[in-house]
Amino acid sequence: MLMKRNPQLNSHGELIHLLSIEGLPRAVLTQILDTAGTFLSVNDREVKKVPLLRGKSVFNLFFENSTRTRTTFEIAAKRLSADVINLDIARSSTAKGESLLDTIANLSAMHADMFVVRHAESGAPYLIAQHVAPHVHVVNAGDGRHAHPTQGLLDMYTIRHYKRDFTQLTVAIVGDIVHSRVARSDIHALTTLGVPEIRAVGPKTLVPGDLAGMGVRVCHDMAEGIRDADVIIMLRLQNERMSGAMLPSAGEFFKHYGLTPEKLALAKPDCIVMHPGPINRGVEIDSAVADGTHSVILPQVTFGIAVRMAVMSTIAGNQA
Amino acid sequence: MKILIRNGRVIDPASGRDEVADVAIASGRIVSIGAATEFSADRVIDATGLVVAPGLVDLAARLREPGQEHEGMLESELAAAAAGGVTSLVCPPDTDPVLDEPGLVEMLKFRARKLSRCRLFPLGALTRKLEGHTLTEMAELTEAGCVGFSQADVPLGDTQVLLRALQYAATYGYTVWLRPLDAALGKGVAASGAVATRLGLSGVPVVAETIALHTILELVRATRARVHLCRLSSAAGVALVRAAKAEGVPVTADVSINSLHLTDVDIGFFNPDMRLVPPLRQGADRDALRAGLADGTIDALVSDHNPVAEDAKNLPFGEAEPGATGLELLLSLALRWGRDHGLPLHTALARVSCDPVRVLGDAVGSLASSAGRLVEGGVADLCVFDPAEEWALQPGMLASQGQHTPFAFAHTGMALPGRVRFTLVAGTPAFERAAAA
Repeated sequence: MLMKRNPQLNSHGELIHLLSIEGLPRAVLTQILDTAGTFLSVNDREVKKVPLLRGKSVFNLFFENSTRTRTTFEIAAKRLSADVINLDIARSSTAKGESLLDTIANLSAMHADMFVVRHAESGAPYLIAQHVAPHVHVVNAGDGRHAHPTQGLLDMYTIRHYKRDFTQLTVAIVGDIVHSRVARSDIHALTTLGVPEIRAVGPKTLVPGDLAGMGVRVCHDMAEGIRDADVIIMLRLQNERMSGAMLPSAGEFFKHYGLTPEKLALAKPDCIVMHPGPINRGVEIDSAVADGTHSVILPQVTFGIAVRMAVMSTIAGNQA
Repeated sequence: MKILIRNGRVIDPASGRDEVADVAIASGRIVSIGAATEFSADRVIDATGLVVAPGLVDLAARLREPGQEHEGMLESELAAAAAGGVTSLVCPPDTDPVLDEPGLVEMLKFRARKLSRCRLFPLGALTRKLEGHTLTEMAELTEAGCVGFSQADVPLGDTQVLLRALQYAATYGYTVWLRPLDAALGKGVAASGAVATRLGLSGVPVVAETIALHTILELVRATRARVHLCRLSSAAGVALVRAAKAEGVPVTADVSINSLHLTDVDIGFFNPDMRLVPPLRQGADRDALRAGLADGTIDALVSDHNPVAEDAKNLPFGEAEPGATGLELLLSLALRWGRDHGLPLHTALARVSCDPVRVLGDAVGSLASSAGRLVEGGVADLCVFDPAEEWALQPGMLASQGQHTPFAFAHTGMALPGRVRFTLVAGTPAFERAAAA
């Protein structure tokens, strides 16, 4: 087979789209995290704006509903002085039968400079990136089960903020990993940044054995999975998985894999608890943990804006 | 028309004949193979340096007619067959409407005959509308020209219906063509494994194939129905078929050019041209399929030709329509497999000529004795190709309406050995290509 260049990098190895963390060099990730650090202070200013994307049009294309991610992308783009257009495609064009590429072609004719895309199908942003004009950039805001790279980066920012060094850490990711794009992006980012022990924790229906191929240790026992962890990332359990053939009930899941203060006591004393949100209290996480001293769930959201600013300004500055 | 094919390397895989000879053709039949000194031909084809082989027989090619003419039409797809050296092909019944009525089969055969590019052998639907409930009128459909009965890619969920279908078919000696796939387990878009997990694509596990194989093989043991197993995709599947054949279970099997040459790694960055049914599996599966085709566990190599329109392919991987064009690649991919395995040319050719005809058996009537072979007095279905020419598949080169294939040079960088120069169906030229400059 032909070795193809990673479609998110140009011939100089610079990031032109952000489609997945997979295949990105450590230096690219570190640079985005460093850039995000400089943007964090913008958020504290009286006038929360920098002119890096002035005159550029950013289209938020959400083929799948989302409030939080879309809002943070919108804020990030506006703080970079871009014009932001939100399109809720789930309720418009595709409902009328327009194909994905036709939608993109039409919006490109409106002189879009950047597309932020969320889509239910894994790989959809790759298709878009292959069909846009060379000056147009694509950011994956979550595709199917495949990737959610900005979430992965903001999780890395959060871990670095609290733990400084990645190379001594034990990170446990708990819950519905098989369906989680967040987990995949986190795993790629953690392995790239040199985390020596990554554990994927959950029942066999949600944590399949071949995840080991991604460089994680698969644990089906919660105590084993979170013992001595420095970081615990809890994943949201989607409503439709809470009962059926994947899991018998939310209650049984919480009993075995829900993060309670008692279970948290097995982790390191300074362990941080993360969650991509929105959280299901009493399903994957106990309120006492979500609101407790170990929780960094709300700082994650704040960092998310700075990280998305860093991603958008980085790719906008690189040419295909 | 009387044609003399002069001085070619004549290979008949069935008899093992492999010698430089002249082939004389008249009235649609091969008159003589040898030195034809006293034959006055209307046309002489100089085959010096070329191989003269039986026309290829492809056990799986969708023509998309009736019903899906925007994807492919008889005219374009039979032209593609001729360009690929394919002189007989079997088409599955999943057209729109489904081939479950004798009238539809007769119409299809009539239209193909008028085009006279390739012989067409339709499979009838095993159940009405392929819905898996009611058997079709198999005897009527056979009279109309069906060579067997199939569910195409729609698995039969009800084992009771499958048992009855096999019993009924066995009554008349009809062959049932089944793709082993468990209905409930077969819904994913890629093969289960590290690649699908990494890309976040829903998987089809190997057990979806082996569970169905176990069921089918048990029912064949019970009914002694003749079953052809379509598109094996896994090493475990090959092992099951090998064991069943050793035991004397009356089954035959095929594999597609895609599964023979590619793996799930070729999906790359969600390339929709790699969205195929059955899905591409891992390297160990491909190796087992290649070995199974070499040792005869798998009887035939098929193109699994399925032209897909641009609009249906240019979609996110999971939404893209599965399938690839393949008729014009069958010869080259058979030769490439044979070369990779160090097999003689006649073995590679056998899997796309006399072996598939053996699978068809009596269903093709009097053709059974000479299709897929080169025999004096037999039908003159021939493929003349240049074994030395290597080519790369570039856009716009194919006669098929479907232009999507995983073997595009841009995808795989694969060089394709062997190029068809002449195709004759019943002694009449159906395709000619000038020698490369």
